[in-house]
Amino acid sequence: MSATEAELARKCLYYMALMREIEDRVERKLYRQGKIVGGVYVGRGQEAISVGAALLAEPEDVLFPSHRDMAAFLIRGVPPGRILAQYMGREGGLTRGRDGNMHMGDLKLHIVAFISALAATVPVAAGAALALQYKGSANVAMCWFGEGSTSLGHWHEGMNFASVKKLPVAWICNNNQYAYSTPVSAQMACANVADRGPSYNIPAEIVDGNDVLAVHEATRRALAHVRSGAGPYLLECKTFRMTGHSAHDAAQYVPQELRDEWGRLDPIERLETRMLAEGWAARDEIDAVRAQIQREVDEAVAWAEASPFPDAASLLDGVYEDG
Amino acid sequence: MPTTYLEAIREGLWEEMERDPDVFLLGEDIGVYGGAFKVTAGFHERFGERRVVDTPISEAAIVGAAIGASFLGLRPVAEMQFADFISCAFDQIVNFAAKCRYRWGAPVPIVVRAPSGGGVHGGPFHSQNPEMWFVRTPGLKVVAPATAYDAKGLIKAAIRDNDPVIFFEHKALYRRVKEELPPGDWTVPIGRARVARAGSDLSIITYGAMLWTALEAAETLAGEGVSAEVVDLRTLLPLDRETVCASVKKTSKVLLLHEDTRTGGMAGELAATISESVFEHLDAPIVRVTAPDTPVPYSPPLEEAFLPNAQKVIEKARWLVRY
Repeated sequence: MSATEAELARKCLYYMALMREIEDRVERKLYRQGKIVGGVYVGRGQEAISVGAALLAEPEDVLFPSHRDMAAFLIRGVPPGRILAQYMGREGGLTRGRDGNMHMGDLKLHIVAFISALAATVPVAAGAALALQYKGSANVAMCWFGEGSTSLGHWHEGMNFASVKKLPVAWICNNNQYAYSTPVSAQMACANVADRGPSYNIPAEIVDGNDVLAVHEATRRALAHVRSGAGPYLLECKTFRMTGHSAHDAAQYVPQELRDEWGRLDPIERLETRMLAEGWAARDEIDAVRAQIQREVDEAVAWAEASPFPDAASLLDGVYEDG
Repeated sequence: MPTTYLEAIREGLWEEMERDPDVFLLGEDIGVYGGAFKVTAGFHERFGERRVVDTPISEAAIVGAAIGASFLGLRPVAEMQFADFISCAFDQIVNFAAKCRYRWGAPVPIVVRAPSGGGVHGGPFHSQNPEMWFVRTPGLKVVAPATAYDAKGLIKAAIRDNDPVIFFEHKALYRRVKEELPPGDWTVPIGRARVARAGSDLSIITYGAMLWTALEAAETLAGEGVSAEVVDLRTLLPLDRETVCASVKKTSKVLLLHEDTRTGGMAGELAATISESVFEHLDAPIVRVTAPDTPVPYSPPLEEAFLPNAQKVIEKARWLVRY
């Protein structure tokens, strides 16, 4: 039992730390060096959610990650260099310079790119689930969003549609307490996103979004429900956005004590502490993983910087199938 | 036996569903009830609820679900009960469907059917012609057939197309227009206009229900010794500039006609295209006959004043010929 847990914990640590390192480079180095040509939206402090959940996805489950779920891409095998190239507007990015930051997807990997109005993804994920149901597939859709998305009509339409049709989709909310500068209390009158589930007859549960193993367990329950054909499941992961909305946002509207409180709940530090306490890994093993990630990301940055910018002559290409 | 415009759409849908098991329909009241206009009457009995999906009143979910299903290889045909309600799905169409291919190379082979147009005393919310919201969205294709032949050929082409197609079917034509259709499996290519009546003195360029107004006017004008050519665009995006410009070169005088309101209407785009491409062939100012810039009114005297008709076209044509 502990061998399996240790293995899972190591995997979680690797992907959380890798996501953190890539995003740190993007936000704190490359952005400040002027190498990121547009916006930067990171998931610092929220890594446990995409890692804990996406590690349970089967290869042909269809993923709809939000902008704070980079690890879903990493777990599906998207090379870090391509993500960095995406941020830099290079040809090597998943959208070849057509879009920036986390606005990316790859149908071959069954990852769908969201649009900025993130809630619009919810009906689309329902549609993917409808297609899986149509085909009699055992696979499911997994769709991430923030609590802010739940204020939009598309979110509610997607929830309702998916539940009426009993579609195989797991809804995963990163409730990071702020949508840009708007706190949860100004976003919705109910205390929890999970409170919205019952009105759609969707079972909902709340989980500590900064505890990767708890997210993993909760996702296992969610997916068991969804894969059984019983319809959608809503998982609300309580977390905190340990950064601004984007790199240009100092987030001075966030009270310092709140930041400190959540800072003590850092999901990566918590997992490391647990791993050491449980004897799942020794300090030097953890340090070795960290060092390996440093090297991987160094190489990824070099790869991305070597990737050319797209040729302006390609501007008109790809609007339609026939040009 | 002649086939009505409505029956032609129905036959096209039916044949494509028989041909391709990945084609399915979704929309409000389309299954058991057979659709508000009975376009899908009998489909539920033949294809079952799996392929004729009744949905909640939820246009964003209908189109969103169509998009998501298309990512898994299905070919959804979404029905808007009235084109007027397509605005509820606007973000899904213009931001999600239209941009996927360009952004991340993901085709979105969906069709959104939208029963549009006035002349049925439908009032402000059951009479609109919202095609221009979509004509100015790169990544979409927009078709608006005027004849039973084109309605059938274009719905089949739209279903087979690998890009999102908005299919405007004019309600006033549903049962008023009919013709003998050839047997067999044929389509009408998207992106090609048609010279509906050859002439030499002026070109009337139009689409949708206004084709019949143009033809009526041309017949009267012929009695006055004026030879009007009538061009039916059939597809609004991508626009068949070649056929438009060839007609202008031939006649040197242009009357642009549409049922949609004036400002920002198709006529403006056509006028600019003609001016850019064949200005030196023009012998007179480009003339527009359109609805005025008002909502579509309900009461018959108001709606009749709102809609373009043959008399308005004839008056403008006479002026143009005299110029």
